[in-house]
Amino acid sequence: MAELLFWPALLAYGEAAFAYFGEARRPGRAGGLATWGVRIGWLVQTALLAVQAARADGFPWSTWAGSLNLFVWLVVGTYLIWGCRPRYRLLGLAVLPLAVVLFVLARVGGGTDIGGRSHYSNLFLILHVGLVLAAFAGFTLAAGLSALYVWQERRLKRRESSILRLHVPGLAKLDDVAARTIAVALPALTLGVAVGVARLEDRGGSFDALMVVTLVTWVVYAAYLALRHFAGWRGRRAAYLVLAGFVLVAVVRLALPVTHFAT
Amino acid sequence: MSVVLVGISHHRAPVELRERAALDLQRARELARTLAGENGEAVCLSTCNRTELYLAEESADEAERKAEAALLALEEELGPALYRLRDEAAALHLFRVAAGLDSMVPGEGEILGQVRSAHDAGATGPILDRLFRDALHAGKKARTETAIGESPASVSSAAAALAEQVFGELAGRTVLVVGAGETGELAVKSLVARGATIAFVANRTAQRAQELTSRFGGKPLGLEDVGGSLEHVDVVLSSTAAPGWTLSRSEVERVLHARKGRPLFLIDLAVPRDLDPAIHELDSCYLYDIDDLEAVVAETLAGRRREAERAEAIVVGEADRFREWQASLDVVPAIASLRARAEEIRAAELARAKLSGAERRAAESVTAAVLNKLLHLPTIRMKQAAAAADGVIYADAVRHLFGLEDER
Repeated sequence: MAELLFWPALLAYGEAAFAYFGEARRPGRAGGLATWGVRIGWLVQTALLAVQAARADGFPWSTWAGSLNLFVWLVVGTYLIWGCRPRYRLLGLAVLPLAVVLFVLARVGGGTDIGGRSHYSNLFLILHVGLVLAAFAGFTLAAGLSALYVWQERRLKRRESSILRLHVPGLAKLDDVAARTIAVALPALTLGVAVGVARLEDRGGSFDALMVVTLVTWVVYAAYLALRHFAGWRGRRAAYLVLAGFVLVAVVRLALPVTHFAT
Repeated sequence: MSVVLVGISHHRAPVELRERAALDLQRARELARTLAGENGEAVCLSTCNRTELYLAEESADEAERKAEAALLALEEELGPALYRLRDEAAALHLFRVAAGLDSMVPGEGEILGQVRSAHDAGATGPILDRLFRDALHAGKKARTETAIGESPASVSSAAAALAEQVFGELAGRTVLVVGAGETGELAVKSLVARGATIAFVANRTAQRAQELTSRFGGKPLGLEDVGGSLEHVDVVLSSTAAPGWTLSRSEVERVLHARKGRPLFLIDLAVPRDLDPAIHELDSCYLYDIDDLEAVVAETLAGRRREAERAEAIVVGEADRFREWQASLDVVPAIASLRARAEEIRAAELARAKLSGAERRAAESVTAAVLNKLLHLPTIRMKQAAAAADGVIYADAVRHLFGLEDER
């Protein structure tokens, strides 16, 4: 069953990523094909997650690879909120190739298999893993928006004559949507981390490298919101800060799994 | 019935000739009525780039002669600039016109409305009505399925489109207009049309500034107050004849802190330039002068020309469909005669049969079904053959085989 659902989802995401490159080269039908690829892929992955949830003994995404699977679903789902609008299509160029790579990694790590087990209570995992992953998905999308901002701002500064060829949201809009995404994601991360810390206090244990980097990530995004609100940080500087925060998210998601995840 | 087109356009007639042949909608309506007469059809399409007469009549030569005479009556010197097209070529030409492929700026949007108005004002019958409806459909399809009409084709619309690249939608964005001359007015119109609000108009003479604010809104300012108003606006549009900078880098730099990172888009349409080019180096400030805007327009026009190739394919496909429909009209009389003859035989045979009421109803139903099934395929085949240009041969064969010659 997992095979039957994984490959179509991967194929649809792959088609979407490929079509977004086509859209960037020549805007037109490729954009529509890409959007449908994302929609279909996400629906098939939703079915995969539903099957995993139905057949698992406990929370099925507590492993590193399993959480990566859930993370991809959250990232693509969040992308779909804006990505269906023609002006935001090119955001897919940043999101979908990443989703494809992470989905394959999740598969290699066994995260798309059915019948996983967990040592932890379901409630704790749903709150801790769910909230942290949702927050990271938001940060990933904000990073995509900021990358698009930096690219578009550079084109405007260079006064590229072809600047009107591609449909991209206005700089102010990109900046605003990225900030709003972070404003939603940061409280989710705060709650997710708080649940983890509460459990650590209760059961005992020590901070690991992943926890430390996660806290640094929290500080970066909190600083972003504070600087934006109090010091008027907007535009390129703010976009670079969001991208710096995303480097930490990538480190947390990909580089430090062994220190934290238990199977 | 043949379709005939006689006309002049910007390709062969200079503006001095075109303006003498231009007709307003009322005169176009009257001319179409006159040309159509009792049994014909006529439409007069007159824009700043063309005056074209479309006629549908039995005699193509006669229609062409009438149309030529009508145009030469408007201006004798039109003769060498006239072009004449018939049937397929005339239809393809109109479809290209409606799609904006024959315009000076490929894909310009105004022509579609002008074709619609000409159609509405024309004296149309089944042929020209169908032709113009199909042309409007082809024009819309070319615009929705390609990007031929999407990008801005003038400096003023390019400036507004660039402002959208900075702010997204312009609704709620405020504009400072520096210089109230005609150059800037087009750009003001483009910005206002996209939802921007004119906040201030600064000009050397207060009277002209007030004139512009009375039309577009905003508050009149003196040129010395430009720097002070920067904090409150999103777009600066400058087009004065002043010899020096109306806005320097240091003036903009002073208000950056108060703007709290909000982007500022500056459009300089003046020659010599009004705005210090060094402003563009400041964070969140984007300055485009006339050369930058013209480069953007040149690129978008090149893009339109690339899209025009795709639009041509759409238009050719739609013109083919019209040709098939028009050709099918040639076999319609033969099909109608064949069906009438078959129905006549069926009715006669049924009348001869001695049947009860119920039996007659059943026999009528069965014979009608048999007749329809029998004639369905020949009808379809004749229409297909008509589209392939040998329909008349098929129609003649049917008339001969079924003895329909007398009914022609």
